[in-house]
Amino acid sequence: MMGTHGFERFLPRTLAGRRTLTGYIFISPFILGFLLWFLVPAGVALWLTVHDWNLIAPPKYVGAKHLVSMWEDDRFWTSLSVTTTYTLVSVPVGLVLGFGLALLLNTKIRGISVFRTIYYLPSIVPAVANAVLWAWIFNTEYGLANVALRALGLPKIAWLQQPEWALPALILVALWGFGSGMVIYLAGLQGIPDVFYEAAEIDGAGRLARLRHITIPLVSPVIFFNLIIGIIGSFQVFTIARLVTNGGPQNATLVYVLYMYQNAFQNLKMGYAAALAWVLFLVVVGLTLFVFKYVGSRVHYEDAH
Amino acid sequence: MAQKQRVASSGAGFRPPLHRVVWERRLWRFLIVAILSIGAVVMALPFVWLVVSSFKPLEKIFIFPPEWIPDPFRPENYVEALVYKPFGLYLWNTLRIVVLNLAAILLSASFCGYGFARIRFPGRDFWFALVLATLMIPYFVLMVPQFIMFTRFGWIDTFHPLTIPFFFGGGAFNIFLFRQFFRSLPEELADAGRIDGCTEYGIYWRIMLPLSKPALATVAIFTFLAAWNDYIGPLLYLRSDYNFTVAIGLATFRSVMSTQWHLLMAASSAMILPVILLFFFAQRYFVDGLVLSGLKG
Repeated sequence: MMGTHGFERFLPRTLAGRRTLTGYIFISPFILGFLLWFLVPAGVALWLTVHDWNLIAPPKYVGAKHLVSMWEDDRFWTSLSVTTTYTLVSVPVGLVLGFGLALLLNTKIRGISVFRTIYYLPSIVPAVANAVLWAWIFNTEYGLANVALRALGLPKIAWLQQPEWALPALILVALWGFGSGMVIYLAGLQGIPDVFYEAAEIDGAGRLARLRHITIPLVSPVIFFNLIIGIIGSFQVFTIARLVTNGGPQNATLVYVLYMYQNAFQNLKMGYAAALAWVLFLVVVGLTLFVFKYVGSRVHYEDAH
Repeated sequence: MAQKQRVASSGAGFRPPLHRVVWERRLWRFLIVAILSIGAVVMALPFVWLVVSSFKPLEKIFIFPPEWIPDPFRPENYVEALVYKPFGLYLWNTLRIVVLNLAAILLSASFCGYGFARIRFPGRDFWFALVLATLMIPYFVLMVPQFIMFTRFGWIDTFHPLTIPFFFGGGAFNIFLFRQFFRSLPEELADAGRIDGCTEYGIYWRIMLPLSKPALATVAIFTFLAAWNDYIGPLLYLRSDYNFTVAIGLATFRSVMSTQWHLLMAASSAMILPVILLFFFAQRYFVDGLVLSGLKG
């Protein structure tokens, strides 16, 4: 089209060929990044899983040793169950809270944007500042949590010292940030055309019927998205657990990634940590597939045409 | 909806059923506002507590029940906290990382996103599926092998591990976001460019990118937040105090000052403040990102 340059002789001659080349040039940063930061590390992780290595002495091949020791490792099972409990509570509760409040916030009332802001802001507080703040809130003698309990006439709780209360405390911290999911629901709710509700109202549908037959089906893709993101995210909880309780008391908040971190960077057991990482990957993929199969089939997609 | 209500209230005196509807609406509104208010108090209390504690002298911190108005009011906490550790330097370090990340992600993710959105070529769908797949891979799965790689590269105690990887695609979610945005722009613009003799790169750079300000702003905001909030990256890779970011500085400050709650609260407030300011100045982009990604509805 433009005049032939010398180097063009080496380029594909057909239009389709040229377009393919251009396309691959455009996505080449991703392809390179995928190779460098995903594929190569995945290979390294596979290699590490069958080796003993503390970064200093030469690595030693140990075969399936890490998998065997994982099976016998009480702390591994503890961390898996702590993380599962954390996920099973924080994800559904966060989902219901986020969706419920999004419904309430999706009304046209003066000053509603002030409410939206108040509910959303906690979710963007930096994790480290969040951890420092909540460590103070859960202070047994002077913390806000026990101030609130006292106001309700309840006895105070040693939140971060008692094994049975430490994990609930971390779940409360997670729930404070439910606003990130809430805005996603809100965007979904605002995408539902008013006509649907007006038609339903004419047909005599009550509030509950409208919620069940219009709202929930139409935002079900959003609920599904938040569920998946929530599960993946909560299996990776780390900063709060490390800074507020550091896994204690008595491993009550030893979340999975924290245990992996301790193995890799405190005990320098790189091989074992890599094996733990593979298990984390399999668990998250397994859960995601499970949710896709059993929840995904109930999701209503409007633009099926 | 507002219009509907006006009609309803103007007819209220004449038609009894409508009158009931109005009453029911008012009751619902009242209930909603009541629930929202209680919830808002619960959500806001930790913030209030943080700010109140940050202005108290230490001896007033350890009082039960607590006082809600700091007396004496002590803004010196902020000065003491922020000079105890070189937070000015930490801020400078964080900003350098932020700027590099912004350059990397805005260029790289939009470039890839353009390829996925507007050029048809064999294999595109496969690679795009891979983009979505990497979205699902937890960061921590690759933490250990990436650490070993970066150690081999000699990148420990430099900003490289926190910046260079972003030049390669800039993150799956950002690619996805740009792709969605570019797909929403009319093809006629690109055709006009082609007629004028623009290459595909020229169309991307001179036509599409200048039209992508909403997408650029959204990605920029989330890039800033991610870098400002990041704890695990600096924890793994930054060793010397003079390389620390604000997040890691606050974490070390906390381990040194474990009982000086008034100073800890001051430092934490100072770290949260920019995030809140950003939210108030760029509010709409926080939600635009979600709408762009096609999640809406």
